[in-house]
Amino acid sequence: MKDAPGRVLLVGVAIVVVALAAFPKVASPYYTTLVLPAFGYAIALLGFNLLFGFTGLLSFGHALFVAIGAYSAAVLTGKLGVKSFEAIVLVAGIVAVIAALPVALLAVRYVRIFFGILTLAFGMLFHSFLFKFYNLTGGDTGMRVLRPTLFGTDFKELDKTTFLIGPYYYECLALLVVLAFAMWRIVHSPFGLHLAAIRENPRKAEYLGVRVHRFRLLAFLISAFYGAVGGAILGVNIGQADPELAYWTHSGELVFMTVLGGFASFFGPLLGAFTFIFLKSELMGATEYWRFFLGVTLAVIVIAFPRGLMGLASDAWTKAVRR
Amino acid sequence: MSDTALIETIGVKKAYGDFVALDGVSLAVAAGETVAIVGPNGAGKTTLVNVLTGLLKPTEGVVRFKGEDIAGIGPVLLAQRGMARAFQLVHIFPALTVAETIAVAVVSHERQSLRVVASLGKNRALWQRVRDVAAIFGLDGKLDSTARLLSQGEKKLLDIASAFALVPEVILLDEPTSGVSSGDKHAIMRTLVDAAQRAGVKAILLVEHDMDLVAEYSTRIVALQGGKVLADRAPDAFFADPEIVAAIVGKRVGRLAAGHTAGRAP
Repeated sequence: MKDAPGRVLLVGVAIVVVALAAFPKVASPYYTTLVLPAFGYAIALLGFNLLFGFTGLLSFGHALFVAIGAYSAAVLTGKLGVKSFEAIVLVAGIVAVIAALPVALLAVRYVRIFFGILTLAFGMLFHSFLFKFYNLTGGDTGMRVLRPTLFGTDFKELDKTTFLIGPYYYECLALLVVLAFAMWRIVHSPFGLHLAAIRENPRKAEYLGVRVHRFRLLAFLISAFYGAVGGAILGVNIGQADPELAYWTHSGELVFMTVLGGFASFFGPLLGAFTFIFLKSELMGATEYWRFFLGVTLAVIVIAFPRGLMGLASDAWTKAVRR
Repeated sequence: MSDTALIETIGVKKAYGDFVALDGVSLAVAAGETVAIVGPNGAGKTTLVNVLTGLLKPTEGVVRFKGEDIAGIGPVLLAQRGMARAFQLVHIFPALTVAETIAVAVVSHERQSLRVVASLGKNRALWQRVRDVAAIFGLDGKLDSTARLLSQGEKKLLDIASAFALVPEVILLDEPTSGVSSGDKHAIMRTLVDAAQRAGVKAILLVEHDMDLVAEYSTRIVALQGGKVLADRAPDAFFADPEIVAAIVGKRVGRLAAGHTAGRAP
């Protein structure tokens, strides 16, 4: 987990943030609406990769928490009359942490495929709950997510798209920057070092006083929080919380994005989220066999570039600097 | 004995179904001792070590560390109370650097692991401590090397260095020189013993097959056979008894015993 030297990194991040901030001014509204889900996924993947890339636990049920975020947004805006987006994000995260606790208590005792299957099972369980409890969840039609207020302003004068690619876009970007910074601090803290020790060798870590189960649990809860925040962003963006959000293929997409971007790097999953969203959209527009081409892309990445796009980028960077 | 004993077992029995791995083992380790645990394969050494480190709960009997019951408390609590363990097979964190590996233990020892957003990189005191520990083991020139890329001997030293970074009162070394060429064995043992003294380690438990090392570095030898303590005596008395030596090391007895006696003869 080597990261580029501090100053280069800071400049790079600043350039990307400025570019993202300028994006709605230069790109068409269609492409700007594509960036919104990428913000949501990027935040969800920051959490997902704390578990996968940093702690060594691959969850196949992480869409569960994304769905909890979207449904929290639906219940809060639709049923409880809570419109504040800031409150929605916070409550969604807390609900996900509470829901994650029993899952985590069980799952952190297992690693590798057993952990993956357990998380997959819980994801499926939640999907059936959403699907079958029609009165509570709206079943297969899902639940509407109403437009939230941003810092108390409702922006009633804006139509839906203008709201989304205007103020909502910037609040989501700000949220991504803040949560990415928080995650950066987490993985570079003493706690983060102990997570890496757990990933590398849990038995050795225990003998060095690392509380393996407890820290896996903490990492799981943090990742659930991030997943739900991402889900709330998606829910507001779509205007709908749909049971498909919790379906296992959606969990698979989270894994896909992370591997595509590169799980060994902090920024890999973020790059993966943006690439995936644009790739999927372009492929869907170009061919009805888009799933096939996505599959091929994943296969090529895994075989030829196991460190993902970020690995490719950092190799290119290293070469350029040496020259 | 129990007043001064750091580690003490009384009548420890460990059975797996019908198979009895340990059968009434009583021993005590006091401060200042380096106690070697020896015995043929299947004598119960590993089981004893696992009981002593709180990994296994004995079927019967008591196991105490500093007067407190440690039966089955597990490695994390044991590390907190002051006992560290290094493994027979090298245990490293392959992708972490030498400095990071040692830092894992320093973070544990300084109880900083729950500092979730504190900057690890800016903790100067912590990295100074890491450099100090690395220097004891001659790893200070390799701080930024990835553990996976070290030589076998360096990996071994790193494994043990990280255990020392816990500042233990007692350290348990499970065949510390296994997998190391015979020429390096003494060098590694020498480093270990010196490091233990410098780090303030009060007692060393040593599981070792190489009787030359046992003879040279231990102050007492506990010989196990069939899950029972066959002998518990000082090296001189141990090697003076051909029957016991034969039971433990078999045919190599003549050379070793002779060598040892010769070495100590006035």
